[in-house]
Amino acid sequence: MVEKDLLEIKSLSQKDIIEILDLASDMKKILSGEKYSNILKGKTVITIFFEPSTRTRLSFELAAKYLGAHYGNIEVSTSSVAKGESLIDTVRTVEMMKADVVITRHNMSGTPHMLSKYTNMSIVNAGDGINEHPTQGLLDMMTIKEKKGTLKGLKVTIVGDIMHSRVARSNIWGLKKMGSEVAVCAPSTLMPSQIEKMGVKAYNNIEEAVIDADVVMGLRIQLERQKSGLFPTVDEYKEYFGINERILKLAKPDVILMHPGPINRNVEVTASAANSSYSVIEEQVTNGVAVRMAILKILCERRN
Amino acid sequence: MRIVIKNGRVIDGFGGEECADILINYGIIKAIDKNIEIEDAVVIDAAGKYVLPGFVDMHTHLRQPGFEEKETIKTGTEAAAAGGYTTIACMPNTNPPIDSDIVALYVKTIAENEGVVKVLPIGAMTKGMKGEEITEMGKLKRVGVTALSDDGFPVMSAGIMKRVMTYGKMHDMLMITHCEDKTLSGEGVMNSGIISTMIGLKGIPDEAEEVMLARNIILAKSTGARLHIAHVSTKGSVELIKRAKEEGVNITAEVTPHNLTLTDEAVYNYDTNTKAYPPLRTREDVEALIEGLKEGIIDVIATDHAPHTKDDKKVPYDMAAFGISGLETAFSVVNTFLLQPGKITINDLVNYFSVNPAKILRISSGIKPGKTADITIVDLYKEYKVDKDKFISKGKNTPYNGITLKGAVEYTIVDGKIKYRGYSKNEKIEV
Repeated sequence: MVEKDLLEIKSLSQKDIIEILDLASDMKKILSGEKYSNILKGKTVITIFFEPSTRTRLSFELAAKYLGAHYGNIEVSTSSVAKGESLIDTVRTVEMMKADVVITRHNMSGTPHMLSKYTNMSIVNAGDGINEHPTQGLLDMMTIKEKKGTLKGLKVTIVGDIMHSRVARSNIWGLKKMGSEVAVCAPSTLMPSQIEKMGVKAYNNIEEAVIDADVVMGLRIQLERQKSGLFPTVDEYKEYFGINERILKLAKPDVILMHPGPINRNVEVTASAANSSYSVIEEQVTNGVAVRMAILKILCERRN
Repeated sequence: MRIVIKNGRVIDGFGGEECADILINYGIIKAIDKNIEIEDAVVIDAAGKYVLPGFVDMHTHLRQPGFEEKETIKTGTEAAAAGGYTTIACMPNTNPPIDSDIVALYVKTIAENEGVVKVLPIGAMTKGMKGEEITEMGKLKRVGVTALSDDGFPVMSAGIMKRVMTYGKMHDMLMITHCEDKTLSGEGVMNSGIISTMIGLKGIPDEAEEVMLARNIILAKSTGARLHIAHVSTKGSVELIKRAKEEGVNITAEVTPHNLTLTDEAVYNYDTNTKAYPPLRTREDVEALIEGLKEGIIDVIATDHAPHTKDDKKVPYDMAAFGISGLETAFSVVNTFLLQPGKITINDLVNYFSVNPAKILRISSGIKPGKTADITIVDLYKEYKVDKDKFISKGKNTPYNGITLKGAVEYTIVDGKIKYRGYSKNEKIEV
């Protein structure tokens, strides 16, 4: 149940997800129309990102502004992301300035959960470490539902650094709740321990993983993972786990290709696949704003 | 001062159990008998209570010198007394570390002046606990240090560890090793498994402990050193120790109350009070650890009391300090989850808390005439709710806060002096 915060998809019910996705479709009408409403009039939304981000932060900013909220942003340079007490202090300070919603991203898992205990403001998790990125999971589900009409019974294959991916975790939680079948595919060094117990099938072979898939989702490969030795070279990664049109042809004929962006073109996805008719990557971006509008509306209504 | 403990159920630590009175005469147990009546002695009514040999904790962090905001020798020993401990061995990861006779003497002196229970400082294996050069073990020995450990900074080089054991054996030192291969534990903050995968925290695999344990067993075998394994946490480790004991390796082992009773599921909500090294493992590990105790593979229950400040834990899980404040709950936790459900007996508990650690540390334990009067009196049935704010320790970092536990320490007597008394309702002290 969505109450004060949106911290994760893990604890949402199927009903919550349907409610959010339905509302996001309504929000998309505002977004495609006059791009203004006064639904959040008098509410204040603040983004505090402890990790660099341009796209997600802007997406939240526009979502807040399209709904008529006040919006502010705290720039936190990575170097000043110091000790925890100051993290809590930062959030308390924002609360004293009468903000209603704080949207936060942090490189450590569970940080928004912790902050939530120290504030009455609503906390939206915009990505915590390798744990979850709930609005990304929701926008992905919205996009799939738009294209396929349903989530139930679909096969979704997620390819990439599953171990360090908060996008993968949010999608797994959400898609499983909605009745999809989820396959994950990664090099063995980037596959988390006992992932099958989350109810997914795990593959080290991309050809096997994408067979009969309705959706193929590529994840961004962080190049520092190669530097820390988790896979030998980008070249070898590309050869074994890169998504190209040949791979997509192994899936269902109407397969869609997704990616949370930004893409390392020609690394995890070839440029031609990303530009092909399979790709719904740009629509994901638009739906991201709609989903975030829906979340802000729900949380602000809960506050009233 | 003379004390008579009346009508308690005495577990003497030598296998005997009887309802009797105990006379303590100026620090020494003078007599154990029925109906001891002495003029002007302090009388403790122990009817319905168990009178046990004083508890011995082989693994405590007292934090002084250097980290007095976390704990001091005074507060740590007071917490120990509240937990029923009459002797504690403290780890050398202070600042400066206990890697010289001077620092060991400092700790001993403060403990004698300000402490309320007996303190045995454990010396470092290597200078600065850097894993490079061996410490002056002879000089440490001369000031009474009988055990060595680099605890949380395990000696990574097998070559250096062999040297530590070879040289340390010459001085008859006990080698206490925290088994962790840092290249395998990496950035992990909790047990590696389904829970770490589900909540997106980096995992510490079993192998991080077991690889280092296997190495240390092999080195102990070749050097003949006395090896004691700190805080065993995995099923695989229990099997390795079992095999080593069967092969005649001079090895003993301990387990913490939290590793015996909690699993990684407790981490699910990112409560930083569950963060410890070794991490809380799985149900299967917990069962193997209990079985290991019962089979005599694991000898000791030790707290790994690791007090931290509130701010050390009021941070994201990744950043939180490792460690649990355990002295004041150890007995109740073990009583509640192991003794009361019948998984162990009261005699087992006495062995794990007193007899075996005393034997390994080569100090006195047990209740019989002529012995030093180190005695702990407990009520096995009294229930209470853990309130971290009532801890005497500065470390309020407990995963048991708010839980109702059974079993309370009533009196802790050190060298014949009452150092702690747990006050119950409807009870008045008779002097």
